[in-house]
Amino acid sequence: MKTRDRIKFILSVFLIFFVSYVLLFGIVVGDYQVKPLSKVVKLGLDLKGGVYVEEEIVDKNVSKDTVERTRDLIELRVNSLGVSEPVVAITGSNRIRVEIPGIYDPKAALEQIGRTGKLRFVGPNNDEILTGKDVKDAVVSVDQRTNAPVVQLKLNQEGAKKFAEATKKYLGKQIAIYMDDELISAPTVRDVIPNGEAIITGSRNVEEAKRLAGIIKSGALPVKLYPATIRAIGPSLGAEAIPTSLKAATIGIILVMLFMLVYYKIPGFIADLALIVYMIITALIFTVVLKTTLTLPGIAGLLLSIGMAVDANVLIFERIKEELRLGKSLRTAIDAGFKRAFSSILDSNITTLIAGFVLYFVGTGAVKGFALTLIIGVLSSMFTAITVTRFLLKSFVNSGWITNSKFYGA
Amino acid sequence: MERVFKIVERKKIWFSISLIIIMIGMITWMFKGLNLGIDFKGGTVITIKIGKPFDVVELRKYLEKYDPQIDVREIEGHEVTIRSNKITTNEVNQIFNDAKRKYGLKDDALRSVDTIGPTIGKELRRSALISNLLATLGILIYVSLRFELWSGVAAIIALIHDLLITLSVYAVLQIPVNSSFIAAMLTILGYSINDTIVVFDRIRENSKLGKYDDFETLINASITQTLSRSINTVLTTLFTITAIYILGVPSIKEFALPLIIGIISGAYSSIFIASPLWSIFEKRYKRV
Repeated sequence: MKTRDRIKFILSVFLIFFVSYVLLFGIVVGDYQVKPLSKVVKLGLDLKGGVYVEEEIVDKNVSKDTVERTRDLIELRVNSLGVSEPVVAITGSNRIRVEIPGIYDPKAALEQIGRTGKLRFVGPNNDEILTGKDVKDAVVSVDQRTNAPVVQLKLNQEGAKKFAEATKKYLGKQIAIYMDDELISAPTVRDVIPNGEAIITGSRNVEEAKRLAGIIKSGALPVKLYPATIRAIGPSLGAEAIPTSLKAATIGIILVMLFMLVYYKIPGFIADLALIVYMIITALIFTVVLKTTLTLPGIAGLLLSIGMAVDANVLIFERIKEELRLGKSLRTAIDAGFKRAFSSILDSNITTLIAGFVLYFVGTGAVKGFALTLIIGVLSSMFTAITVTRFLLKSFVNSGWITNSKFYGA
Repeated sequence: MERVFKIVERKKIWFSISLIIIMIGMITWMFKGLNLGIDFKGGTVITIKIGKPFDVVELRKYLEKYDPQIDVREIEGHEVTIRSNKITTNEVNQIFNDAKRKYGLKDDALRSVDTIGPTIGKELRRSALISNLLATLGILIYVSLRFELWSGVAAIIALIHDLLITLSVYAVLQIPVNSSFIAAMLTILGYSINDTIVVFDRIRENSKLGKYDDFETLINASITQTLSRSINTVLTTLFTITAIYILGVPSIKEFALPLIIGIISGAYSSIFIASPLWSIFEKRYKRV
């Protein structure tokens, strides 16, 4: 009996530390590689910097299809920026949320996302020659003569026909090219162009030409957009927030663990082990299962939940102390402690969960994320504080290493 | 002999302490108003790290050309926040360029730019109100079912107390009220009810055991028995959240401070407000 419990306890402790090590530093076994969690976790925009825009569709009565098409078009445009992991998602009934990491200039981002993007070729008599619908493809190339970046258009069959006629008609005259009523170029027609290829000059640099090509290629948006929220977060905020938060987390966790150890002795030590299991479970749920992004308020929420996670253990240990004071034996006191603390743990956590779920279903954005932290924190702390602590505490007591009830709070 | 603190008897003292704090908060709210952030009001906030001591008044004068009502404040770490509800995205770039030139900064000095339209604030206020009401209602129903109606009412009054105390802190310290404010309030709500339920659970248990003759002694004894748990849990929670408050960046501090206040207030109210209230209700409405 004793030996079995000793092995059980030692193996569990070994397992806890092994898993923590793997999650912190990663491991390579043969061809398999487990990356450390810090490499897996997705950072929110407030930690890595970028632009966040919420575009609102001005027209209130838009169909779901239109909203979805707008989202797809915006996604095409954002992808043409070539940044990694942008987010384009519908929020609410008429809003589209765009997150672009690595770009810090909100103005450039807004132009890329929010322009309606109506391309028009207009003749000298103000007659419309071509629109964005006649364009099959748009790419950036360099003008051989001037070395300036240009946007090269490939027109579809109908567009090519219209363009050939127009260039014949307006030979030697000016054609104006508009993007959303803004004149971007007004070239003079020098030749008849029958092959359906047109060039837009006037871009100041390659980036601008790329953006223009991206907008033309994705096509005009079916609706007018208005930016309801714009956030731009510089890269320095996260660069400072991450190390300071890590430091605070380390200090806070060490304080919690020391406190538990000093105040509750052996059970406190067991609670510290359970707390490590708690952190492992929540970390895995957030990064691997839910793949949530870590944000600044999220960090605060996680830290708060670590402080609260030992609460169930505090409740149990206080009960064990009381039972020991009544003169019960160590094993009976532990059993009674768990049993009698259960109703208060259950009721208090369910009420907290009620608040959490309301927050999750009513709240939006960062608030929702925070609620999720709270809910998962409460659920996994209930699990670890009850199941893990009981298992470890019982096998430790049964191992017979330390049986003097003084070390258990008597 | 069992030690029992006399808590219920001194309820007038406890209630007065809370009332005074809340009064100060509400009076400040009336005269100074809450520092509503752009999440609620709409507008633009630019945060720039200057990185060395600078003259805020001078900078404000300099930027008044963009908006005569422009709000320029220094925050911790030699950073500046510039707020306005008039400036355009073009002007945001101009303002940052002005600051760059004036203080010899590089591009990475731009901490953040936030622009919120006026419609968001309305929605946020609605969702803040609805979520608080729904959560409170849900808790009231649950506590009334698991305990009894009057304990539920006492718990809810303690919750409102905590929210008012936290709101007072927001008013007095002029902490910007943003969307994180809602999260802070609801966390406090969840945390505080947790504390209250632990005490109530002990009252329920002791009441079943029939150990104490009158309700006041029953409540006093239950509070005393759960006191070390109440203190220890507040301590462990404060360890982590205070660490982030002391070491964190300004935007996380803004969120941590109300949490710290709310956690202390939540522990206080579960002992000194909720439990005495339950005994008052019990006396008045049940055991007459």
